[in-house]
Amino acid sequence: MLTDIAFWGIGLVAVLGGAAVFYVDSMARATYALALSFVAVGMQVLFLQQNYVGVVTILMMVMEMAIMAVYMVMFMGMNPALMPMSMVHSNKTAIAVALTTFLALATGILMVDWPTRRGSPPPDVTMALGESLMGPKMLVMAVISPVMVATIVAGVVLAAHRTRYDRFGDDLKQRPADDPQPGGVGR
Amino acid sequence: MDDPTSMTDSPITTVAPGWAIVALGILGALAVTAAVLDGALAARARGGPGGKMGGPVRPFGEAARLMRQRRRTTVEADRLLWRIGGAGLLVTAALMVTVVPLGEWTIFDLDVGVMWFNAMDVMVWALVWLTGWGANSAHSLVGGYRFLAHGLGYELPLMFALVAPAIAAETLNVGAVAAAQEGLWFAVWMPVAFLVYLLGVAAFSVWGPFAPAIGTDVSGGARAELSGVDRLVFEAGRYALLAAGAAFAVPMFLGGGAGPLLPGWAWVLVKTVALLAVLVWLRRRLPAFRPDKFMEVGWMLLLPAVLLQDLVVAVIAVWRS
Repeated sequence: MLTDIAFWGIGLVAVLGGAAVFYVDSMARATYALALSFVAVGMQVLFLQQNYVGVVTILMMVMEMAIMAVYMVMFMGMNPALMPMSMVHSNKTAIAVALTTFLALATGILMVDWPTRRGSPPPDVTMALGESLMGPKMLVMAVISPVMVATIVAGVVLAAHRTRYDRFGDDLKQRPADDPQPGGVGR
Repeated sequence: MDDPTSMTDSPITTVAPGWAIVALGILGALAVTAAVLDGALAARARGGPGGKMGGPVRPFGEAARLMRQRRRTTVEADRLLWRIGGAGLLVTAALMVTVVPLGEWTIFDLDVGVMWFNAMDVMVWALVWLTGWGANSAHSLVGGYRFLAHGLGYELPLMFALVAPAIAAETLNVGAVAAAQEGLWFAVWMPVAFLVYLLGVAAFSVWGPFAPAIGTDVSGGARAELSGVDRLVFEAGRYALLAAGAAFAVPMFLGGGAGPLLPGWAWVLVKTVALLAVLVWLRRRLPAFRPDKFMEVGWMLLLPAVLLQDLVVAVIAVWRS
């Protein structure tokens, strides 16, 4: 009973935190409202006995929101991130899309025949989740991850306006490299 | 939906939640010990007691002064986020020690306790930045960003340092990690992970070499506008984080409650205080890491070193099994 109340209470925090993202007028508040929402979701996952997944959700989302605070100030022109600002735009379209999606999903939930439970939860639900997600596709996943990392690195390299010739000179012999931001290990 | 604190095959007894008060008391006592020691070291560094309230009694004098100080206000401060940031450090430290076993007892015997600790130390990123942000003051915000700059450098090495004991013990349960060190402490055969972990503890406590985020060159950085009780809670949070980090190192690297003569809980406390003393002492022994340069130190030196350490540990673990 108490666990049920806690579970639903945390669910409410998650939903309200998510809604607050669009209601508040400051980037910092929006960012950390989203973090709060995700922490609540992570705690709900803890209630589902997925301890690892729950704690990792909290860890990753808090870290991500902290990083977002860096980008917020780095990349937003004229720094509106530091001033009060509206978190919404294209209101009419957004309301239409949101309502349509909600109605479609709600109809689906009400129309579909819900399956009855077969079997019982395995003793280690995290292991079972991992196996059913990754099991036969482990090779694909193992190949995709380095490809994804390579894509990110290639994207950054292509996007950066400075090349190795800017850093090391025309004959690539200039040491230490000429960087606008000096490194910490004297390269 | 069952109880979230699922039990594992750990050698630890979970105590009733009411004992959390005692855990808080121990954490508080450790934090005060660290502050007293730091006061004594500060007086010695200056070559004298430094006035009526200097030396070992400095923390008590400071606490009394700050509790009577009127709260400073700033224009357009984001008070909610500011207060959350300042008070959060203490809460985070308390949540960290819930998974640290005191000998054979623990409050929260989580099967992924190591990840829990890691998640809590990431909270500090958000909290220090929020403290810097909330005041709506330039120096304070600079301090907040300095901390994030350090964070980008220290967090991944810290994470991979925590991976090493977990691989060797083949579990993420803190009690089981401590029990896996029968005979040989992890600090002995994974020294790189241990050192990087200690560096991480200093970092998430905004301590010693990682203090530029609250440095005097930006008039106090993240805590520039904190005054009165807010400042007291922030400072207490830093010492508590340092104490929690030292306490967590005991089951992870220093064999937990293992030791001759004394009972397990006493050994945990002895080892924690010893490590805490080392961390406090190091404050005046290490130069500051510049936030703009530390990233490369973290990623070019610490991260490869600790990854190599993980590899060695993993090879030994596979070879032993």
